[in-house]
Amino acid sequence: MTELLKLQGLTKAYPGVIANDDVGFSIAKGEVHALLGENGAGKSTLVKMIYGLTKPDSGTMTLHGASYVPTSPQAARAAGVAMVFQHFSLFEALNVAENVALGMENPPKMKDLAKSIRDVSHAYGLPLDPDRTVGDLSAGERQRVEIIRCLLQDPKLLIMDEPTSVLTPQEVEILFKTLRQLQSEGTSILYISHKLEEIRSLCDGATILRLGKVVGTCDPRATSARDMAELMVGETLHIPTRDAKASGAELLAIKDLNYAPKNPFGTRLKNLSLTVHAGEVLGIGGVAGNGQDELLSMLSGEARAQTGTVALEGKEIGKLGPNARRTLGLLAAPEERLGHAAAPNMSLIENTALTAIIRKDLSKNSFINWTKTESFAKDIIATFDVRTPSATAAARSLSGGNLQKFVIGREVMQDPKVLVVNQPTWGVDASAAASIRQALLDLAASGAAVICISQDLDELMEISDHFAALNEGRLSTPRAAKGLSIDEIGLMMGGSDTVSDTQTTEGVPA
Amino acid sequence: MDLGSISLVAFFASLMVASTPILLAALGEMITERAGVLNLGVEGMMIIGAICGFAVAVESGSAAMGFIGAAVGGALLSMLFALLTQFLYATQVPSGLALTLVGVGLASFIGQPYVGESPPAVAKMAIPVLEHIPFFGPAVFQHDAMVYISILLTIAIWAFLKFTRGGLILRAVGENHDAAHALGYKVRLVRVMAIGFGGALAGLGGAYISLIRVPQWTDGITAGIGWIALAIVVFASWKPGRVLFGAYLFGGLTALQLNLQAANVPLLLVLPYLVMLSGVIYLAIAVAAGSWKKTLDVKPTLKTFAQFIGTGLVLLLIGVLTNYASSLDLLLLSSAPFVATIVVLVVISARSKGASNGPAMLGKIFQAH
Repeated sequence: MTELLKLQGLTKAYPGVIANDDVGFSIAKGEVHALLGENGAGKSTLVKMIYGLTKPDSGTMTLHGASYVPTSPQAARAAGVAMVFQHFSLFEALNVAENVALGMENPPKMKDLAKSIRDVSHAYGLPLDPDRTVGDLSAGERQRVEIIRCLLQDPKLLIMDEPTSVLTPQEVEILFKTLRQLQSEGTSILYISHKLEEIRSLCDGATILRLGKVVGTCDPRATSARDMAELMVGETLHIPTRDAKASGAELLAIKDLNYAPKNPFGTRLKNLSLTVHAGEVLGIGGVAGNGQDELLSMLSGEARAQTGTVALEGKEIGKLGPNARRTLGLLAAPEERLGHAAAPNMSLIENTALTAIIRKDLSKNSFINWTKTESFAKDIIATFDVRTPSATAAARSLSGGNLQKFVIGREVMQDPKVLVVNQPTWGVDASAAASIRQALLDLAASGAAVICISQDLDELMEISDHFAALNEGRLSTPRAAKGLSIDEIGLMMGGSDTVSDTQTTEGVPA
Repeated sequence: MDLGSISLVAFFASLMVASTPILLAALGEMITERAGVLNLGVEGMMIIGAICGFAVAVESGSAAMGFIGAAVGGALLSMLFALLTQFLYATQVPSGLALTLVGVGLASFIGQPYVGESPPAVAKMAIPVLEHIPFFGPAVFQHDAMVYISILLTIAIWAFLKFTRGGLILRAVGENHDAAHALGYKVRLVRVMAIGFGGALAGLGGAYISLIRVPQWTDGITAGIGWIALAIVVFASWKPGRVLFGAYLFGGLTALQLNLQAANVPLLLVLPYLVMLSGVIYLAIAVAAGSWKKTLDVKPTLKTFAQFIGTGLVLLLIGVLTNYASSLDLLLLSSAPFVATIVVLVVISARSKGASNGPAMLGKIFQAH
């Protein structure tokens, strides 16, 4: 195979950190090349340089044997480099055709463009209606918009940043089929992912980054996922463990909950029922935007439910707000770390006071006891290994993983009866993720109930006793997590399980 | 009371004159906001346009030069806002308010020597053939060029937003600046241009007041028109056609109030019936359009109709309670167009789906990283 893109000695430094240090590798024509690394390993910076969003401080890139110095994404696209972003670069209020046009240099007339979108989407098995508003599309469909936007420009190199993190297993299969078709047509793909099994089934070669440096290359087909993970982390991986246990008394019960969010792009919750018991971890899967945020706000008390739908230890709490629920022992940690779970510009101590003031008794006559708050904040930092210069550091100054450990630790250490977490390890590196999962398991082992909403199926299978999936605001019947096949999970996430409730409930092992 | 003294032709002609400055300023602000920038300094940019236009017109003896000067003046002042918000990352709301304070003060300073001067007259530009149509001719087609320009601009802006690539990029920047940046669009450049365009149109609107509508220079000549333009943009759901409607509604009510005042009939006396009449007209149009397109939705239609009638009854009640005919002072009278415009636009925007959704990035700071 001939060489398409060659990187040599790429270095890029930001104030205080060297994001890329002498990075070099090459991608052959028609090769699917994986770029592996933890969060903060420098993958995004590298990709931004290839796509012309930032300039390297030093080093060279060659494309087709000629020097390649993209000064802007437009220049990169003109040279045949296209990119599908992790956080989709789409415009919700615009329609599909307009979104595609925005990613092209010389888009044809809207009518012709709509036609070519239909043609390409059929050719690659990715059906898409050019007239629909993107805000109404599912995550999988949105990704199709991005991919088709790239394909219409006939790229030589397609960069995909974490493309499967928001897809159902079935959608992943469709995506892989498309990518293999592209590969067979001679397109090279630079594939960035955390998901090692995917890389093993899809990629021809892999480069592993750690702390901005290339620490290894491997043939993913011949290397085990565990070996690749340890190359990424640079240490032996600790995998969370749990003991088998009998579930205890029923703690939280939701019955026929309906909720229409005020946000027009939000998801309506429909007839949602679930129960969790002491010592149980209930995993709730599903593709983003199927009601996860709405479910969390119903549980945390940010939105009020109808009377008779939410009960904690048999006591009606549907109309109670977050603080009243915290008093009773129902705590929650939302997905968005900065701005929802923590106030970005306030210190860790102040952020501690914000949710722990009631249960940890941190105030007297409305005056905050800062000494006590500080010592509790320091407790959290020590117990959860939060790497921060001090407890007075602003929440926004922490890295994502460290802040996440703090956010989860703050709730876990308040001894909740029921803890609800949404995406507890989103964007967190493997070792921090493992310790967060271990903390959730330990909490359940101590007799609390945990509801874990997540899009990471591996995570849910690792920690859940029972598993259910959200689809368009409906929750499938929870089933024992052990022994669930990936196909069954896919069906639950696709919503077909909820239709045949009566049949599947008989199959649940008691 | 002498309703008979009101000439309908004169009323419609004065309606268009009263509406034009609001329309110009609101169109400019709409473009700025579609790019995701909330510039609350419209009043300041208008009054700077009013004095710049007046000064240039008096010094050069040409009204056309005056309008060019007004556009340049408004755009220059808006560049101060652009500097603050796009380059120094200042928060937009206080920056806009400060811009109004600066504009009003600066205009008063520049305007000192021009008090009492009169600007060169602006020629009427009658449209051939059309001007002879009975009633419509004198009411609509015998105005100065700026009136036609403002309406052509409305159409041009609608087409720009809907059909051109430039319009698409402008909307994209206002919808998601991070995504636009990632695709390689120059978010800051687009926004600076949109702010400048907004400033230029606000300046034209201001000059229309000082050169044509009033025509003279006094302090505070824009008298809150900039604020009503801001409100119209929001309640018009950032759509050019509705901005035109809102501006003409306000202009119409202002003109009506002046005419009624001259005939010694307070607007508040007529207003309740006017609102109820609009309700009936709305119902007729909705039913006609609905049965033609076979999409008549009875419940919301009746609800909106009831809202109109209810508003009219409330206004009637207020009128009775305050004994309007004799005791209402002029201040309350002149606030009537503001109140009525806002009420009508609120009713409209409340019932159309998704109308509350402005550009998603409105007022948010963008920093490339």
